[in-house]
Amino acid sequence: MNRLVAATAALLATLPVFAGPLTQFPKAADGHPDLSGVWQALNTAHWNLEPHTSGYPAVLELGAQFAVPPGLGVVEGGTIPYLPAARAERDRRFANRVAEDPEGKCYLGGVPRSTYMPYPFQIFQNRRDVIIVYQYATGFRRIYVDGKDEAPLNAWMGWSNAHWEGDTFVVEVTGLNGQTWLDRAGNYFSDNAKVTERYTPISPNHLRYEATIEDPTVFSRPWTIRMPLYRVVDDDYRLLEFKCEPFAEEKIYGHLRKPGTHGTGGAKP
Amino acid sequence: MNVRPTLIAAAAAAAIAALAAPHADAQTKPMPVPKTAWGDPDITGVYAEFTTAPLERPAELGDREFYSSQEEWKKYAEKRINDVNEDVETAPGTQADVHYSMGTFKLSENEGTTSLNMRTSIVVSPKNGRIPPLTPAAVARRDAAAAARKGHEFDGPENRSLTERCIVWPSTLPPILPRGYNSNLQIFQSPGYVIIQGEMGDPRIIPTDGRARPKDNLPQWNGTSIGHWEGDTLVVETAGFNPETAWRNSTEKLRVTERIKRIDEKSLEYSFTVADPDTWAVPWSGVYPLTKMDGLLFEYACTEGNYGMANILAGERKAERDAAAHKSAAPAK
Repeated sequence: MNRLVAATAALLATLPVFAGPLTQFPKAADGHPDLSGVWQALNTAHWNLEPHTSGYPAVLELGAQFAVPPGLGVVEGGTIPYLPAARAERDRRFANRVAEDPEGKCYLGGVPRSTYMPYPFQIFQNRRDVIIVYQYATGFRRIYVDGKDEAPLNAWMGWSNAHWEGDTFVVEVTGLNGQTWLDRAGNYFSDNAKVTERYTPISPNHLRYEATIEDPTVFSRPWTIRMPLYRVVDDDYRLLEFKCEPFAEEKIYGHLRKPGTHGTGGAKP
Repeated sequence: MNVRPTLIAAAAAAAIAALAAPHADAQTKPMPVPKTAWGDPDITGVYAEFTTAPLERPAELGDREFYSSQEEWKKYAEKRINDVNEDVETAPGTQADVHYSMGTFKLSENEGTTSLNMRTSIVVSPKNGRIPPLTPAAVARRDAAAAARKGHEFDGPENRSLTERCIVWPSTLPPILPRGYNSNLQIFQSPGYVIIQGEMGDPRIIPTDGRARPKDNLPQWNGTSIGHWEGDTLVVETAGFNPETAWRNSTEKLRVTERIKRIDEKSLEYSFTVADPDTWAVPWSGVYPLTKMDGLLFEYACTEGNYGMANILAGERKAERDAAAHKSAAPAK
């Protein structure tokens, strides 16, 4: 028996791991959908949650390569229900996005932004916890299934308690620090926000992702974004590091470097 | 006056008295290894890395892996617990002199959970408990890097250490080694995966689903880890390090083998072997316990709060301006 197991293990070790599209949404041992796997959004929510035409890059010198791709938007009803002063603040942030967007500094993406950044993330699931590792800045969330504790302190990725509603994994995120943005267009919420995420299988290889955002200091009512998430089905896929700290150093500390010296950027392809 | 070290030491001494010297590790009661719902040995939890054994063995203890008596343990290990936390005189102008007191902020390594250990060092191979000397080529590499850095230590962020740049830490890389503070980690398991996250570092995704090591060998700051279970022991092989990781002057040929197994309800045994023929003539190994902690790890957002980097560089620029002003103001001789 052990020899058989060893032989099987040896055989498996020589085979590529073929992910491929699945024909059934996997079930975990406890009967809930098994969300484990690598997922990614395929839309332009990250440039702007609201409907938008194509647009100039944040830095004109970067040209068409870094232009804003157009998108139909992911906000239910189309427009984010900002209070008037908050809308003005959003517009101010947009105008100052090169300096102020935390993404440029390699800061953690927060929730829900990390979900629809143009990078993959991997979900790991067991009965008690769900872990999400986001490629961008190696963001990490521990989600407590049926957790009742509250955030001891605010954090970039917040505090996540979850429960199952049928086949939907509902995550209530509180303890957010209000320093994250929602996209590259300056959309934002405060540290008063609560985000309720809903992950629902809609095909063997797709999840419907919804996030309802409540923040009475910024919005006139709760509002919801909705988009599909796609299973990454590449053979032998694995999440590579995207440690972005080195790439942000010149931006953050460049003004403090010794005159006449330069960073290492652009040294190799 | 900080009374905590004394209390900790007293508790440590009491606990150590319960352990029969000299082979403390072998004395713990065996227990049935708990399993996950899908049948893997269950090693999940939040663990402290700090232990009473130093990385390297004091030379006078020779080849002795364990202290021979409680008195000897007190002399070395208890002293170690106390020393870390005491207010010490620091030399003016050094980094230690201006750094906040770890004890004040409950950041000293022994403020948290400490694994009591009758071992005289973490390193167990070579037999003398000391890291083998660098090969001549590694010495030359280290010296060349130091020479290139000399006089440029504060030029820009890229001249600072990887830890100051929030890139990697010795307490979170493989091999995991206890470090000054926040030397804690959490282990999470799901079918086919183990994830190890050091408090200050990245979650390390370790597939245990039988996949082969990727052939691309793309360099990664933390290397690429592949694991498997050998009985109740998790074995993790990590290779493919970014040459800039340069852990202890190693190269991209560094290969780390880690073994993690449960000792009892509250502890795991962590052991490792590191090999890099371009850095050490022989591989070397270490072992120490990880002790389960109460509580959770909190988000360590490093780069988001890295005021230290800005202050270090700004301080040096000010020193340069002051020096220049002083020079131009000085009367010609």
